[in-house]
Amino acid sequence: MRVIREYVIPRIITYVAVIFIGITVSFVLPRLTPLDPVILAINRFSEYGQYYDPESLELMIESMKELYGLKGSLLEQYVNFLRRAITGDFGPSLAYFPIPATDLVSRALPWTISLLSLSTIVSWLVGNFIGGVAGYFGGRRWAKALSVFATVVYPTPYYIMALLLMAVLTYVIPIFPTYGATSLDPAFTLEFIADYLYHATLPSLSLVVVGYGWWFLSMRNIVSHTKQEEYVEYGQIMGLPKRTILLKYVIRNSLLPQITGLSVALGGIFSGSMITEAVFSYPGLGYVLLTSVTNGDFNLMMAIVTYSIIAVSSATVLLDLLYPLIDPRIRYK
Amino acid sequence: MAALRRPLSRLAVFLTHGIGITISVIMVISILLLGFVVSNFAPFDPRRWNTAPKDQPPSTDKFIFGTTSIGQDVFWLLTYSIRNSIILGVVGSVVGLAIGGVLGLVAGYKGGMTEKIILTLGDTFIVLPGLPMLILLSTMVKKQLNMFLLGFIIAALTWGMPVRNVRSMVLSLREREFTHTAVFSGFNTLNIIASEYTPHILPWVAASFISRINMAIGMEVTLAIFGLSSLAEGTLGTMIYWALQYNAMLRGLWWWIFAPVGMVVFIVLGFYMLSGGVAEYLNPRTRLYRIATEETKEIESVDRSIE
Repeated sequence: MRVIREYVIPRIITYVAVIFIGITVSFVLPRLTPLDPVILAINRFSEYGQYYDPESLELMIESMKELYGLKGSLLEQYVNFLRRAITGDFGPSLAYFPIPATDLVSRALPWTISLLSLSTIVSWLVGNFIGGVAGYFGGRRWAKALSVFATVVYPTPYYIMALLLMAVLTYVIPIFPTYGATSLDPAFTLEFIADYLYHATLPSLSLVVVGYGWWFLSMRNIVSHTKQEEYVEYGQIMGLPKRTILLKYVIRNSLLPQITGLSVALGGIFSGSMITEAVFSYPGLGYVLLTSVTNGDFNLMMAIVTYSIIAVSSATVLLDLLYPLIDPRIRYK
Repeated sequence: MAALRRPLSRLAVFLTHGIGITISVIMVISILLLGFVVSNFAPFDPRRWNTAPKDQPPSTDKFIFGTTSIGQDVFWLLTYSIRNSIILGVVGSVVGLAIGGVLGLVAGYKGGMTEKIILTLGDTFIVLPGLPMLILLSTMVKKQLNMFLLGFIIAALTWGMPVRNVRSMVLSLREREFTHTAVFSGFNTLNIIASEYTPHILPWVAASFISRINMAIGMEVTLAIFGLSSLAEGTLGTMIYWALQYNAMLRGLWWWIFAPVGMVVFIVLGFYMLSGGVAEYLNPRTRLYRIATEETKEIESVDRSIE
């Protein structure tokens, strides 16, 4: 019970605070800028050669203010905004009028979540395992070569990595599709799953490679400290096989900070997946964000920002709540 | 000359501390030279269109890196873009580090409710997905966007991490023996921070300053894919943006897209290796070890001279 009082409840409070602050920030920031989204939208219409007489223009501005939630005093707007955020009503999308912005987001979300979880799990497992082994055998030549590879790929921005992979694997050696997520209708068949994986390989590869660099480097560092611990030395004196020491003594104990690291890194990984989707025209949130930016679709943008905040902080808190199951020190404190 | 010898020999020790440092220093110096010295010798404003023949491949005599489809010389544009990207990176890095650092200091020293509020705010900015917010903000200020404003926006979204780092450093330093000794010897707080804490904090400040430059450059490049960087300016991101707009890759104009992409990789790699090397070099622990080995070397050389 102490775990719940000292570990679970504070985290849930923080979770609620993070969502609240995040939504407030995304409400305040756009209002600090001198630009008015309504005027921007009207300018866009007139650029297309539309002409309005003053009266209908006035009416249009009024109804657009209603749509954008820009009516009334700042406090009214804020309360309104919070209510809309909770009920998931962000008004219609401008680019795909009259489809509600929320519908577009919820259509895109499954693609993002599947791509993201697939690539995060793969890069975390592979990076930590190889990083752990390389850290344990620090002096070997292959371990050094692996470190050099990780040092080169880790600082590369996701966007650059995606571009490079695209250049190599779709133009130079054309083995992967350049865009899209499937060529079949979603169904639970072997064919569809194969097709899904075929399309997802390239977008997730750029996430996996960059992520691998980070998990490899941090794990190698942690392991190089862990292997000097006394319990590892006792294991060696006891004559345990190297494999047991490496897997059960060193890597297992070094994984704990990496789980915390994952919950801190989740926001960045999420941003990375949005970039990758935009590059590969993968129909997830990142691609929707790209269309909303090119169309000046303010409602859709706000919906994406709000849902991203909720999604990322929910994933973070879930990971934090799973942590006591993995780390006995917190369970038995 | 004699006064210079000591810092020079220290510099030499730093440069030869490891092969990584030597390589990264050479990389960073050549980046800075290209961006801040070579770019001044451009025969014309490299951002302007139609100042060079279109679609010329790289050649040794006239256009070293070729030209673009809008008539720009890729080499001069690249030098100009490096300068802008570095300025943006430094602004984003310094401002974010300053905001987070000061808040972390306050949180560590004040404690109580102030600490709780600052930490919750900081944690929120760590968890928040930065990209959608960055894009939202840049869309709003698109017309007025310049390198400094972009730097400030990036800083405003990334100050969360230093709060945590600085706070935990303050908490641990403040309980150390030497802090009490300094307080009892009549040092004031400023003096303690300047003379006692700086050596401990410096490695972190130097390393995160450099690695945050990388982060800001990466963010600008990312914004460019959304067409949200200041497109009339020359930056590495906008170079990639225009190259993609004109389908440089499909049309076989590889030099146009490869120059900025390769340069981004070169820059982030150079700065990343430098940041790791600086952190290791300045770390008090490795420093003690180094001083010890230097002393043994000196003793050895004295021994030899006696013999």
